[in-house]
Amino acid sequence: MPAATDTLETVRDVTEGGYRWGFETPIEQELIPKGLNEDIIRLISAKKEEPAWLLEWRLKAFRAWCAMEEPRWAAVRYPPIDYQDLHYYAAPKRKAQPKSLDEVDPELLRTYEKLGIPLREQERLAGVAVDAVFDSVSVATTFKEKLAEAGVIFCSFSEAVREHPDLVRRFLGTVVPPSDNFFAALNSAVFSDGSFVYVPKGVRCPMELSTYFRINARNTGQFERTLIVAEEGAYVSYLEGCTAPQRDENQLHAAVVELVALDEATIKYSTVQNWYPGDAEGRGGIYNFVTKRGACRGAKSKISWTQVETGSAITWKYPSCILQGEGSVGEFYSVAITNNRQQADTGTKMIHIGPRTRSTIVSKGISAGEGQNTYRGLVRILPKAQHARNFTQCDSLLIGDRCGAHTVPYIESRNPTARVEHEATTSRIAEDQLFYCRQRGMTEEEAVGLIVNGFAREVLKELPMEFAVEAQKLLAISLEGSVG
Amino acid sequence: MLKIEGLKASVEGKEVLRGIDLEVPAGEVHAIMGPNGSGKSTLGYVLAGREGYEVTAGSVTFRGQDLLAMEPEERAAAGLFLAFQYPVELPGVGNANFLRQALNAVRRARGEPELDAMQFLKLVRGKVKALGMTEEMLKRAVNVGFSGGEKKRNEILQMAILEPAFCILDETDSGLDIDALKIVAEGVNALRSPERGMLVITHYQRLLDHIVPDRVHVLVGGRIVQSGGPELARELEAKGYGELQAAA
Repeated sequence: MPAATDTLETVRDVTEGGYRWGFETPIEQELIPKGLNEDIIRLISAKKEEPAWLLEWRLKAFRAWCAMEEPRWAAVRYPPIDYQDLHYYAAPKRKAQPKSLDEVDPELLRTYEKLGIPLREQERLAGVAVDAVFDSVSVATTFKEKLAEAGVIFCSFSEAVREHPDLVRRFLGTVVPPSDNFFAALNSAVFSDGSFVYVPKGVRCPMELSTYFRINARNTGQFERTLIVAEEGAYVSYLEGCTAPQRDENQLHAAVVELVALDEATIKYSTVQNWYPGDAEGRGGIYNFVTKRGACRGAKSKISWTQVETGSAITWKYPSCILQGEGSVGEFYSVAITNNRQQADTGTKMIHIGPRTRSTIVSKGISAGEGQNTYRGLVRILPKAQHARNFTQCDSLLIGDRCGAHTVPYIESRNPTARVEHEATTSRIAEDQLFYCRQRGMTEEEAVGLIVNGFAREVLKELPMEFAVEAQKLLAISLEGSVG
Repeated sequence: MLKIEGLKASVEGKEVLRGIDLEVPAGEVHAIMGPNGSGKSTLGYVLAGREGYEVTAGSVTFRGQDLLAMEPEERAAAGLFLAFQYPVELPGVGNANFLRQALNAVRRARGEPELDAMQFLKLVRGKVKALGMTEEMLKRAVNVGFSGGEKKRNEILQMAILEPAFCILDETDSGLDIDALKIVAEGVNALRSPERGMLVITHYQRLLDHIVPDRVHVLVGGRIVQSGGPELARELEAKGYGELQAAA
């Protein structure tokens, strides 16, 4: 696999050091006042010129949220969040909706260039369409016309609400209901932008789709919402990337992602999450509370989640599959790194409803510094899921002796024909492995990067080629200073 | 090229090397023979800079530099290579990837340009063939699921690719059948050159039939008790270490 062999770059990056995405874009922005109440929600909805039904939907979610308690069951600790002390909408100032990239603020284009996501036509990543979300709004979407030729809709969520209201209304909230959980309800009330993808019947999306989320504004939460629908026999591969400036205070990110796969459709959803993780003492960093769920509604449909989680101070995230269609398939491949004071509680839920549904879970947790890494996963087999099968593998790698790894699998089987397998291992990077690599000329950090990439290989190979190399570098960088 | 003077070293507080003096000039192959527990492998690890092997006295000069002051990777970059008695498994790390990263680390240290994937593959293919290995072994994870013979050949492959100035072979013959031993020995002999020094650590004389040393040193109880030409190896094979052990 070329991606796994290309570690030259890793070396260079490791020696450069630090969180390289931590810069701030000096840009005039429009901020609405701090606080959360029905007027704020009306204001957000008005700013986005939304139809009445969507405002009602938001308000309903807000009322549900007011009656809910923040979940406390995850193995993460953080001081209470004051939800009234946040801005719920921040957007770069602009005169009108830009019609083409020429009208987009050059400062924004430069920001994405610095992040390695060129948006200008001539510099774009070949074969990858990008939606760029900056704080609360989408600033540009590339290759829209080319995708439209294939019948694929790929646009910002706001645009989808304007241009394809029926589609949005048909699917929004059908996988993650607004009152699903505390953070999903909050998102449903205040979500500002995100991506929308619709792949019609029988269409194989001709390119990788990706959204790049960037938090820039201070004291602002980011609440994006992504909805992907693959009709019968459709195929789409989608990737999201995330970064944020380096700051001493924590910032809240609460996203919702909904996927719908109809008969024989396949959705491959990959995440490279690199929000600012905070410094070595645990100051700053993003609180990442995300609800991601896919519904395999059709027979033989398939949803595959791949995630590389290297950033955030707190990660609370369980990309799940509801396997309803007969013979549908759910997959979850995850690498989560916690270094310094990072905490991650992440895993998946595989809900087997239909007969002959299958799921695979491969989770690789890497803990270093004082990081705490928890795999929390649920496999539930319902009575009608004849011959359902699940295979789960959870591996933990520890670097140093101040970190922690925890595995919390829940298995509920209500069908005697189902087969559920669970394997778990915990290991350390051995002294002889490090010495072996160093005797061959590598520094200790290069050696750790290499060994960790080897450990995570099963998951990294699931990533689209264009991003696998990037992810590999990220793993090495995230572990800087974890040895010696 | 390599000069060891009065070297003493301890492992977990126990003195294992008790005063070693040894000089290996460029172009020569020296063998270290000795019974189990005499300190042979410890000598290899001390020279390569492994943690937990504490030098308590003496000095080692390697190509004019103070070897003992260097980090393990600096010693490797300076041209010191240790072929491990028990090569270490690196799950998930592709063998080719590992080799290329090692080579480029060393090339960087030497101020040479790094090789890209294509250049590297070209270089490695020829060497793989010469060692009777398959290209399939390059795709497998480093030493994972390798047979004893494959692991040792993999060590020699690394040596052939890194082209170190000085090679230490730690019991490279252990676990090899006679055919594998011949292949490994050929690989080592191909690397013999007037610029390169070698230290071959072995318990048995049979490896030295194939890699004929210029000098043989007998290590017993952490000291070199006898030195001689290649004939010394054969004498030891006939007499065993008993007498020397009794004397030490």
